[in-house]
Amino acid sequence: MKQKVRIAAGQGFWGDLPDAPVRQVEGGPIDYLMLDYLAEVTMSIMQKQKARDPAAGYARDFVSLMKQILPACIERDIKVVANAGGVNVSGCASAVREVARELGLGGRLKIGIVTGDDILDRIDEMLSRGIELRNMDTDEPLGTVRDRIQSANAYLGAAPIVEALNQKANVVITGRATDTGLTLGPMIHEFGWAADDWDKLAAGTIAGHIIECGAQCSGGNCQYDWQTIPDMANIGFPIAEAAPDGTFVITKHEGTGGRVNIPSIKEQLLYEMGDPHEYITPDCVADFTTIQLADGGGDRVRVFGIKGRPATDSLKVSISYSAGYKAVGTLVYAWPDAYEKARAADKILRGRLDRLGLKFDHTLTEFVGVNATHGPLAGEPSRDVPEVQLRVGVRGDDRADIERFTKEIAPLILTGPPAVTGFAGGRPKVEEIVAYWPALIPKREISTTAEIIEA
Amino acid sequence: MRVRLAKLAHARSGDKGDTANVGLIALREEIYPLLVREVTAERVKQHFMGICKGEVERFELPNLGALNFLLHESLGGGGTLSLMTDAQGKTFSSALLRMEIEISNEEAKRLGLDE
Repeated sequence: MKQKVRIAAGQGFWGDLPDAPVRQVEGGPIDYLMLDYLAEVTMSIMQKQKARDPAAGYARDFVSLMKQILPACIERDIKVVANAGGVNVSGCASAVREVARELGLGGRLKIGIVTGDDILDRIDEMLSRGIELRNMDTDEPLGTVRDRIQSANAYLGAAPIVEALNQKANVVITGRATDTGLTLGPMIHEFGWAADDWDKLAAGTIAGHIIECGAQCSGGNCQYDWQTIPDMANIGFPIAEAAPDGTFVITKHEGTGGRVNIPSIKEQLLYEMGDPHEYITPDCVADFTTIQLADGGGDRVRVFGIKGRPATDSLKVSISYSAGYKAVGTLVYAWPDAYEKARAADKILRGRLDRLGLKFDHTLTEFVGVNATHGPLAGEPSRDVPEVQLRVGVRGDDRADIERFTKEIAPLILTGPPAVTGFAGGRPKVEEIVAYWPALIPKREISTTAEIIEA
Repeated sequence: MRVRLAKLAHARSGDKGDTANVGLIALREEIYPLLVREVTAERVKQHFMGICKGEVERFELPNLGALNFLLHESLGGGGTLSLMTDAQGKTFSSALLRMEIEISNEEAKRLGLDE
């Protein structure tokens, strides 16, 4: 058994620094590259792509990345685990196989395909059996949005990833898998942790939580002493060095910028945290109040003492549904009396929207430079504030009303308060809203498979 | 004397639907009990008046010298539904650090906050 497994995070979200995974592979020794591509509503975008083209529906960026790094990964036995498969995991795997063949890697690559998360076609059948899929936040039954559902996927844990790795996969591609499972899977595979070794599973889960947002644990978005964090242009993405006993070290490659220390790790531990006593995943329930940290110096923080409890009987399901339209318009007002001008313009705009009889579920005005981030906590601005951006957003079910709103912004330049600019982008765009519906499903409803294809 | 939380703690915030979470971390170990005593859920609810329309929950993480707050109904519907600039609650962390707490001169001196 290896005494140390190095798992490197290459993407904190779909759209993160494109070169980060390449630098993780090239910048020093690693054993696994972990890539998280799926945000909450990404699946619906992929579902739409697949409806237009049955061969699409996955993260294409992943395939071009593979083209860049696959030879080095095979050469150095670096395994890749990614939830890049979206709603077409086998399509993504076929594309990677093509790339491998083009690169002359035929016969040297095994691709693990993890499926079983997609339940879109089973929704009605489940509802008819009394599986309600109520919204976890609002407790509403799914029936209220049934005809607007665009995608539905259960969050899979580490188990099917382990199964793929046990079958010697070099690249494991999943659909909707938890971010933490992508990191925990390799540890279970390497160290042979038992399915009820809750403390170790919780440790691997917490390692996953720390590195799943990429450089947000290694100096990015770090409030503590941010001015002194070195060489952010060359920021290093995190690496979890795991040991068989469930302890691990968070670090980054030598010669990279950013910073890994106790404050940077604490900030990330608390990111998107709910009840710290129970961080629930498909694999276990992790207790964040048991985490101990020790700074080893040299951008190394040791994490130990973690306790976990048995997993629950449920899996979380992410359902996306169409929820109307929105648009946001902005204009910039200059000194003097910039704030007053922006407020006057907002009043004029709202008067015109009223006269047009437009119906919105929600209208929001913010004054950027005054209250867009801290609201009333920011207090009144100085009369001398050099400029203020007026930002008005509307949301509603009627696309025509939202469209009409977008035509009312630019005219304010010639028909409202003076010293105004910032309209160069043209009319605001109308956006279709795809909203997120979190629900729970009994675990027994979901069966996963891990299939291997060879290049 | 009055002290701003920005002098006592650092923070990070994020979202889960329409709920913002703010993790508040003591800059030094000996400051943590002061945060536990003064930065109650009620005080935080009051601080975010007009922003947080629901309940505020607080959790203690003594092992990290940190408190975690959940601010329900704070993000204009949350996620893609929200029209807010900060629909993901990313700046709630620094908004909490604006809060001021009252401490005795003696305690300020003991914690080295009196300069």
